[in-house]
This record gives sequence, structure tokens and C-alpha cells, in this order.
Amino acid sequence: MRLIVLYLIGLVFGIGISISGMANPAKVLNFFDVAGTWDPSLIFVMGGALVTTFIGYRFVLKRPAPLMEGTFHLPTKTDLDARLIGGSAVFGIGWGISGFCPGGALPALGTGNLNVIAFVVSLVAGMAAARYAQNMTGPAQPARA
Amino acid sequence: METAFTPFASLGGGILIGLAATLLMLVSGRVMGATGILSGAIWGPQGRDWRIALLAGMATGPLVLLALTGSFPTIEVPVSTLAMVLGGVLVGIGVTFGAGCTSGHGVCGMARLSTRSIVATLTFMLTTGITVYVVRHVLGG
Repeated sequence: MRLIVLYLIGLVFGIGISISGMANPAKVLNFFDVAGTWDPSLIFVMGGALVTTFIGYRFVLKRPAPLMEGTFHLPTKTDLDARLIGGSAVFGIGWGISGFCPGGALPALGTGNLNVIAFVVSLVAGMAAARYAQNMTGPAQPARA
Repeated sequence: METAFTPFASLGGGILIGLAATLLMLVSGRVMGATGILSGAIWGPQGRDWRIALLAGMATGPLVLLALTGSFPTIEVPVSTLAMVLGGVLVGIGVTFGAGCTSGHGVCGMARLSTRSIVATLTFMLTTGITVYVVRHVLGG
């Protein structure tokens, strides 16, 4: 039952990504190409997703607990460290080169498109390499003031 | 390559993304971050089953669109396969160190007004924009 519900939630996300244009690298790259073939559509994706989530969370997080688990599992870190900023900067470079972010590419796997498969395999390889590097250097250091 | 301006489809898609994020918080109390879901599905150690269910649902999205409209979502790739591979590796490294991507930081974290997520989102939006500018207008992509 729980897994069926989660499958359906994933499906809503996947349909949303599919119709939004986030699974289309040409559209994503054009959103950032303000100096060239600019396509502002993705402002509407971010805006629609952000406003809906903002309103939804206001109601959901008032509850004592989620429906199918005992507690909420919210991220608790607050430090603005080099890992967060450096990692995000590198993510942006990769997004700008390929036009895919993880949330855009994972639903697009359903099309069987070979470029999507090449991206996701490389994505997993990059994640594995970063996890290995993190294990070598130990857990994230607390931020130094 | 020009792409058509699609405000209504993009807004509708965005609202569904937000709806899915809200439902996941309501049901499981988790943020809808593609990075965390993928990494947890592969490496666990706990909660692999529900993350795999979520991923399976996501990948079914294009098939539902195919059933409803007769075609898959448009995927136009104006860059080389090498760019897909290089971009994929960099995204994988970046989202692991940065602990999130567009969905986790950009939607769920920003909706929680998390300072970390706001800083992360501004950072990757900026470097994505710079990268696209350099590739297209400096290197002449």
C-alpha cells in the first residue's frame, strides 16, 4: 500500500517534469541563454512548483506527523560551508554543459532516450566518485566562523 | 536552437511538481529531492524500497504522457554525447557535495525558506548561467 502511494507520488512528479520542459535540455539551456535564444518558460516551472510547495508545506508541517511515518525527516544542517557552495557551483557547471539536472533526467529515463541514459549513468558515476572522496576525507567538517 | 515559449504547460508542470513535493511531505515527511532519492535508492542503507518506488513512478511519467497525447515529452539535445557524459559526471559530483539539486534545494528547500538551500540555488543558477554564456558566446558552442 505504502509503496503504491509512493509510486503514484513519483508519477505525479514525473508527469509534471514531462510537461514542464525540464526534461528537454534545449529548453533548459535556452532559459539560461538570456544573451541568445532566450526561452523564459522555466520561470513558470520554478514559480509554479515553489508557490505550490510553499503553500502545501504550510499546511502539512502543521501536522504532528506525516500520514505513514512517525516523524518528519527535515534537513537540519544550517552551516553555509565550502562543500555546499563549491558543490552547488560544480553542479551548475554540469547543468550548463548538459542541460539536464537530476530531477529533469530521472523521469526522462522512461522515454528510453540514449542521451538521457548516458547522462544518468555519468551522473551515478559522479555521485559514486564524490561519495568515495567524501569517505576518504571524512565527514563534513563543521563550518569555521 | 530556438524553443517555443510554453508558459501554460510549464506552469502546469510546475504545479504538479509542487503537488508531488507536498504529497511526499504529507505521506512520508520527506523532501522531494531527486539527488537524495537517487542516492538513497542506490546506496541506502535504509529506505531503498520506497525510493525505488518513487523513481519507478517518475520514469512512468513520460509513458502516461504518451498514452494521453500520443507522444513522449520533447527531448532535444543541442549538445554532444561527450557533453552529456561530462555534464553528468560534474552534476553527480556537485549535487553530492552540495547535498541537493534543483528539486531538493530549488523547490523544497526554498519553500522551507532554508538559508542553505537559498544559497545553493543562487550559486548553481549563477554558475549554470555563466557556463551557458561561455559555451555559447565565448567558445561559440
